[in-house]
Amino acid sequence: MSAPLTSVLVANRGEIARRVFRTARSMGMRCIAVFVDADADAPFVQEADEAVRLPTSYLDADAVLAAAQAAGAQAIHPGYGFLSENAAFARAVSAAGIRWVGPSPDVIESMGDKIAAKRVAIDAGVPTLPSSEDPVADAASIETAVGYPLLVKASAGGGGKGMRIVESPAELGEAVQSAQREALSGFGDDTVFLERYVASSRHVEIQILGDGHGNVVHLGERECSIQRRHQKIVEESPSPVVDAEMRTAMGEAALSLARHMGYESAGTVEFLVDDATREFFFLEVNTRLQVEHPVTEEVTGIDLVREQLRIAGGAELGYGQDDVAWNGSAIEVRLYAEDPDNGFLPATGTLSAYRPATEPVVRWDSGVEQGSVVGVDFDPMLAKVVAHGPTRAEAAGRLALALERLHLGGVVTNRDFLVATLRNPAFLDGDTTTDFIERVDPAGTQTPPDTRSAAIVAAMWLQGHNRAADDVWGFARSNFRTGSLPPQYIEFRAGDEELRVEYVLRRAGGFRLGTGETVVVHDWSPDDVEVEIDGRRLRAAVTVADDVAYVTLGATTVALGLVPRFTVPGAELPSGGLVAPMPGSVIEVRCGVGDTVSAGQVLVVLEAMKMEHHISAPFDGVVSEVPIEVGGQVENGALLLTIEESGVGSDQ
Amino acid sequence: MNRTLLAPAMRSALDTGSDLYLQNREDMGELLETHDELLEQAAAGGGEKAMARHRGRGKLPIRERIAAVLDPDTPFLEITPLAGYGSRYQLGGGMVAGIGIIAGTECVIMGNDPTVAAGALTPYASKKWMRALEIARDNRIPYISFVESAGGDLRPPGGDSNSERDDDNPATGSAVVPAHFAETGRFFYEMIELSKMRIPTVCVTFGSSTAGGAYQPGLSDYNIFIKEQTYAFLAGPPLVKMATGEIADSETIGGAQKHAEVSGLAEYLAEDEMDAIRMCREVVSHLNWRKPDHAPTLTADPPTLDPEELLGLVGRDLGKPLDVREVIGRVVDGSRFEEFKPRYGTSMVCGWGSIHGYPVGILGNNGVIYPDSAQKGAHFIQLCNQIDVPLVFLQNITGFMVGKDFEADGIIKKGSQMINAVTNSTVPHLTVIVGSSYGAGTYGMSGRAFGNRFTFLWPTAKVAVMGPKQIAGVMSEVRRGQAARKGEEFDEELDAKIVAAHEAAHDKSSLALAATGAISDDGIIDPRDTRDVLGMCLSVVRNRPIEGAESYGVFRL
Repeated sequence: MSAPLTSVLVANRGEIARRVFRTARSMGMRCIAVFVDADADAPFVQEADEAVRLPTSYLDADAVLAAAQAAGAQAIHPGYGFLSENAAFARAVSAAGIRWVGPSPDVIESMGDKIAAKRVAIDAGVPTLPSSEDPVADAASIETAVGYPLLVKASAGGGGKGMRIVESPAELGEAVQSAQREALSGFGDDTVFLERYVASSRHVEIQILGDGHGNVVHLGERECSIQRRHQKIVEESPSPVVDAEMRTAMGEAALSLARHMGYESAGTVEFLVDDATREFFFLEVNTRLQVEHPVTEEVTGIDLVREQLRIAGGAELGYGQDDVAWNGSAIEVRLYAEDPDNGFLPATGTLSAYRPATEPVVRWDSGVEQGSVVGVDFDPMLAKVVAHGPTRAEAAGRLALALERLHLGGVVTNRDFLVATLRNPAFLDGDTTTDFIERVDPAGTQTPPDTRSAAIVAAMWLQGHNRAADDVWGFARSNFRTGSLPPQYIEFRAGDEELRVEYVLRRAGGFRLGTGETVVVHDWSPDDVEVEIDGRRLRAAVTVADDVAYVTLGATTVALGLVPRFTVPGAELPSGGLVAPMPGSVIEVRCGVGDTVSAGQVLVVLEAMKMEHHISAPFDGVVSEVPIEVGGQVENGALLLTIEESGVGSDQ
Repeated sequence: MNRTLLAPAMRSALDTGSDLYLQNREDMGELLETHDELLEQAAAGGGEKAMARHRGRGKLPIRERIAAVLDPDTPFLEITPLAGYGSRYQLGGGMVAGIGIIAGTECVIMGNDPTVAAGALTPYASKKWMRALEIARDNRIPYISFVESAGGDLRPPGGDSNSERDDDNPATGSAVVPAHFAETGRFFYEMIELSKMRIPTVCVTFGSSTAGGAYQPGLSDYNIFIKEQTYAFLAGPPLVKMATGEIADSETIGGAQKHAEVSGLAEYLAEDEMDAIRMCREVVSHLNWRKPDHAPTLTADPPTLDPEELLGLVGRDLGKPLDVREVIGRVVDGSRFEEFKPRYGTSMVCGWGSIHGYPVGILGNNGVIYPDSAQKGAHFIQLCNQIDVPLVFLQNITGFMVGKDFEADGIIKKGSQMINAVTNSTVPHLTVIVGSSYGAGTYGMSGRAFGNRFTFLWPTAKVAVMGPKQIAGVMSEVRRGQAARKGEEFDEELDAKIVAAHEAAHDKSSLALAATGAISDDGIIDPRDTRDVLGMCLSVVRNRPIEGAESYGVFRL
């Protein structure tokens, strides 16, 4: 007996909570959020019909369940991550009489263990990679059963956490231990296994839907090969290498697995495709909605969240495999607060500027808005941006332009990197293997931004801002004088570059710059400015926050630090200080005050996003100050310790 | 939501294709070009060498100091930038003064230009200083001084020795005569009086401030001194040695640190000039300066008539006709003007409008003042006082009408009625001289001596006791009469030469540049800026409540 759901609690945060709300609300459901203190002001909390505070974390199953009961939620949608693949939680939800939006706890359980999942796949006749469940077996048997290079993977893992590539037997022991440590801290389970590593491979996955009434369909593939730090950043459907025949074969494999399991709700069967042979091997089943689900929605026209909620309400799919059609090409990129120039380390800060352009039309699944704070607590994904076009090239172009026109500042992001990827010839050729980033290095093809024009635009916006703020003589023209005063000026800093913009009012309108150009401000608003520089007319989004001007011009947003007219005499950072390259928690301090250290020696180990980062001594010296302690949190740029360089000023 | 005056927009009868309009534009263009060049010359201060020497000491020129203290991108209403024009003193008089916005507050800022005779007080600087103090007092706005002055000008009177100017024709009439010492020092009196009136005085001393100069910080409410740059003492090392035999250096006698830590003369000790300017801004920001009823109350849309055409209304020949309504229509909001008594006393145009949302009563001249126009003006001034509306005078006046019929009609007593009304009016008066300003007409139309708050000139303005032709002609008649009394033959040829020479000399001395050189006004403005300049002044005057007069002198009826 099926009855439409009337309310749903999303046991998640950020963009996925908003994504589920959007569909659930359109289906007539009351939307309930849960949140932790760090998210108290987040958009998804404000947008929910009701939001329940969690005392500890999104992983606190009891608290989430209690919240659902308190709010009278009829169903729980787990999103992805957190409790989405927690069978015990799914079981508790069902036991409490609340619908679980996802497959049955048994399926979750069987697929959650990658070793068990592989056995199920083999039973269902799905091709798999050679592997070993005994990572500490003797070298010879590993060589035979798996072969090198191989991959150490956490059984309970995902997203690249607890994963290590091993090239030779000598490296195996260390890699297994380190993967186990990461797996334990990440998932509470240190079981790892070994698997053949295919050097040139693609990551292709099949979206499946099952309704619990015996109906299963697949919605085609997504290719998610472009990854950094083993996490996907570009996903698309269809894959440039999957033709109809291969799609059918992979789809059938996925469906046989689904049928074998009696799969209910949305799921994803992941395959590894050998780029050379186009063979595919089963990797795992994700028993939840995937981050990259929108590309499938775009090409099939099927709202996956709607299907999940319908199925959870007991409805039948109502269509069969032959009814599924694919239209055009869709590409998704994940916009991250991270630094591509610095090993893609997570970045934090306040998102001072965040305003997608109205055109080109793309899908923004954002968890943030202008003013949001990106902290260390959660995955630093800001948004998923999805473009759908008649061809892959058109979708890529549209997506790149949408990213270029995004007004974005305050936090270091991978935006320019994504644009460079989408505009890269290798990408456009479909040459997208999992080693794409290392092999193609799209960042190397970026053209430097036009900081000079950006500085002029910023100066013009600022003067307009200052005029608008003048409540005394606001009617008068900018920099009007009855005598002659020196030109008005603003100084900016962009990296190492110093930019000074001098301007004087022109009787004929606009300003004459110190560098000779004529600048006319045609339009000014608190959000943007339209400026003509010697006949070249530009419209640019501008935001100024915390003494930084963000100007979206050309293909990116230029951040210009405002050099203050006045400085208050103050203190400076001690020299020889080591600072945190990223926000995170201190998991190890390997030195104390007075210790002699040598260049390259690892002194501090930070952990951020469940990854370890080593901080080493830049030179030989003696540690003079250690203001941190194990377990503490550090912000980006925080002083970790101070070293007095040996041989400097000591021999007298 | 601001209200809108209901008066309809004015229509223009201006023919922008006429020879007169084109000639006026050409004249005005040339005059403005000269004016701009002179402003640049004034801004150059003591010249390149002196400027380089000053910068070499790590110091900022006075105009950079002022630009830095202002809120970014706000206007600066400089007062008599061309003081000293036509004299042997440096253009500008070695001082910069004006009104600007600091931390959202309208302030008078006056600063010595140390590149001109080390900032010594020339007669022009003294007069400009007095004007700056007067603006602060009359309008109740904070007074900021940027001091770096050698003090009194000990050189013989006559000009700057380093002046490159040779244009010292006394006929320009701009000479400001140095006062006898016994008459000097009034500025100190005025400074401390400001403080008594609860008008804050903030002083940044950028250099050495000796003897009389030391009283500038001494008499200010707030003092900002700069480390190793500011010195203040009644006597410096040489005089101290002579007077008492004590040997001490400047730093020990009156360095900034000494004053900040020991004597207590300085409240704030700055690291450098920019730091001092920052502190000055901070001080103003805490002054809690509030303006009564400051916000514009009326719709402030731009004039529908084109202000650009103001350039073609007046030229060098002031004998050519001007309908002052063409000026009004290009200055008031939406060109809306409600004319008062349009069919009576038509040489005096009166009416109501608004400028940047501030209500004003406007009086403008369309020819000489007749008895009926004088009475109309007197009536109108009283009406504006009744409703607390400021007055704007647009002067193009050759005087009061003469002749037996007009004397019979009581031109003296009716003219005096208007002067009485102007004199005793207590709403702010703003005066713009667009053309001639002669004789008693200057007084009746609220000239400088009649307590107006601001006077600005168009480049075409001429200010004198009467027109140059009239003066020369009158003098010729006097000579002719003398000759007749003595029975001598009158040399017509010689007289014609004298008349021509006199007319030329008086014409020159009546020019706007000569007037502004003598600091008899607040400066020359581009006609197109009239609306904005008046708008700024209307804002400045609102630092004091606007209250119309409750009584006048006896109106001779």
